Amino acid sequence: MSSYEGVDFYRVDDLLSDEEKAIREAVRAWVEDRVLPIIERHYQEGTFPTDLAREMGEMGFLGANLSGYGCPGLNNVCYGLICQELERGDSAIRSFASVQGSLVMFPIHAYGSEEQKQRWLPRLARGEAIGCFGLTEPDFGSNPSGMITKAEDRGDHYLLNGAKMWITNGTLADVAVVWAKLDGVVHGFLVEEGMEGFSAPEMTGKHSLRASVTSELVFSDVRLPKENLLPGIRGLRGPLSCLNNARYGIAWGALGAATGCFHSATEYAKSRIQFDGPIARFQLVQDKLAWMLREITKGQLLAWRLGRMKDEGTLQHEQVSLAKMNNVDIALRIARTARDIHGANGILGEYPIMRHMANLESVYTYEGTHDIHNLVLGRWITGIPAFT
Amino acid sequence: MKIGICAKVTADTDARLSPSADGGSFEFSGKSVVGPYDMFAVEEAVQTKEKHGGDTVVFTVGAESDVLSQLRGSVLALGVDKAVIVEDPALANADALGVARALAKAIEAEGVDLVFCGKQAIDDDNVQVPAMIAGLLGWAQVSRVTAFAVDGTSFTATRAMDGGIKQVVSGNLPVLITAERGLNTPRYAKLPAIMKAKKKPTERRDLAALGLSAEAVAPKVSTSAYGSPPERPSGKIIEGDTDTVVAELVRLLREEAKVL
Repeated sequence: MSSYEGVDFYRVDDLLSDEEKAIREAVRAWVEDRVLPIIERHYQEGTFPTDLAREMGEMGFLGANLSGYGCPGLNNVCYGLICQELERGDSAIRSFASVQGSLVMFPIHAYGSEEQKQRWLPRLARGEAIGCFGLTEPDFGSNPSGMITKAEDRGDHYLLNGAKMWITNGTLADVAVVWAKLDGVVHGFLVEEGMEGFSAPEMTGKHSLRASVTSELVFSDVRLPKENLLPGIRGLRGPLSCLNNARYGIAWGALGAATGCFHSATEYAKSRIQFDGPIARFQLVQDKLAWMLREITKGQLLAWRLGRMKDEGTLQHEQVSLAKMNNVDIALRIARTARDIHGANGILGEYPIMRHMANLESVYTYEGTHDIHNLVLGRWITGIPAFT
Repeated sequence: MKIGICAKVTADTDARLSPSADGGSFEFSGKSVVGPYDMFAVEEAVQTKEKHGGDTVVFTVGAESDVLSQLRGSVLALGVDKAVIVEDPALANADALGVARALAKAIEAEGVDLVFCGKQAIDDDNVQVPAMIAGLLGWAQVSRVTAFAVDGTSFTATRAMDGGIKQVVSGNLPVLITAERGLNTPRYAKLPAIMKAKKKPTERRDLAALGLSAEAVAPKVSTSAYGSPPERPSGKIIEGDTDTVVAELVRLLREEAKVL
């Protein structure tokens, strides 16, 4: 057992139920046993630990905040705590759970037909099937409405053409939730592994999220049965509602990475001897640690409040933007500062620091870039959209 | 079959125990958990229930407010059906015999056929309570068990002896088994089960409800003080070239440490 107990300077634990705390402890114990011992090797080798997918399903991490169809049916604070603990392991593991739960299971749950739900949700919840989410294209990232992937109605089927990029789990996926224009309007389609004309080559050469599979999705005259369209949604609101759920989890997840870095930096500073004493006695080091504690504490309160509002059903997407943007930003800066405190040791795989730092560069950009979230808030404040 | 487990909520394995300022009690920092050996007992009880059916009930002595969330998260969430918490002011300073008397009565009241305990708690290292419970109940006890099977009313258990020798014993129920590391691999609590554990029955019993008087659990052994071990003296660093260092080290080992 490690001595890791997270950070709870403002007694946020008092704001959690016994069950919520027990769930956090259970996920934390699982991450310590199953993720931390192997994740550095997977990161170095650029592989995703695929055998964890089913374990995550069995534990109830996948689609945790959805109910019915074999889903765990937990509240959103529990879902957030799961993300937090998984990302203390590695952003790749949390990304896997985010994509599976918020970007694949959520749209099928919210917008799918009864047949689609029954066919996919139980298997996705158990981790027996893996899903991916195709929205971003090579030339359309922050501006998804410009997407050129399109579906044509050919009477008894749809014909899908186009390409997606930066797709987590793409190469592993049994089912892809793909957003494409049908007569100029965005719709969701379920594209299944093995369909003729569909391929998902893995993208290589990443310096970040190396323990996660990132892929392109290529559709070349893919004949999609009519029943593979998600019937319950049309327009960009569909994919944006998915992203809003995933971003919510990221706001919590980033705190896990940040807390892991803070913990490592604190332990290192107390044990690293320079000039005949621990470097933790230096004011410059204490200033850095105090700043980390300050930012983590603020981030925790944001995430907790966000979770309670989501459970009450009063959450606005701008509030999610603020928390995602803030918590990833501080996590990234905490990781960089922790690297500084660790000195040269900070670049070694012996410590989780550089891995978290490199991962968070992706998290900063995906699911709405830091700047776009700022513009979302700018629009909320002024009523003037700056990005259209 | 009705299967019991005795569990103690105690300091986590990595918590540092220290005597209180007045030496009258001990304290620890960090979280409390159900003891790791008790978790082998929980797993064995759940596996036995899965194979043979029946009910499982966990027994503990302690304040409900201190132990309930750990029992729910670590025991009920793993599949145990019910918790019985024996709480009474008279038990606050109970010794091992007092705790054993309370647990034995609670076990008797539930009509249990088979009890699993951890081989010991990890805070006071007393290793007395399970044997005393078996004695009070007039049951057989098999200690430090690494493999267990029950067949109808008989059981077989493998226990660890000195030198790695394994002793296989058998007998008839009722029996109290104490779990050694290696008996099984405790499962993780699945998250939906943690939520469902909230709805499982938990019963609080005081001594009167168990038909015990305060005198019956009055300690026969009382702690007079807790003290810390002496601080380890700091090491000695010998400086100089190799010849000097070796010569000095040999001299110190011979003259100061007196080990040569």
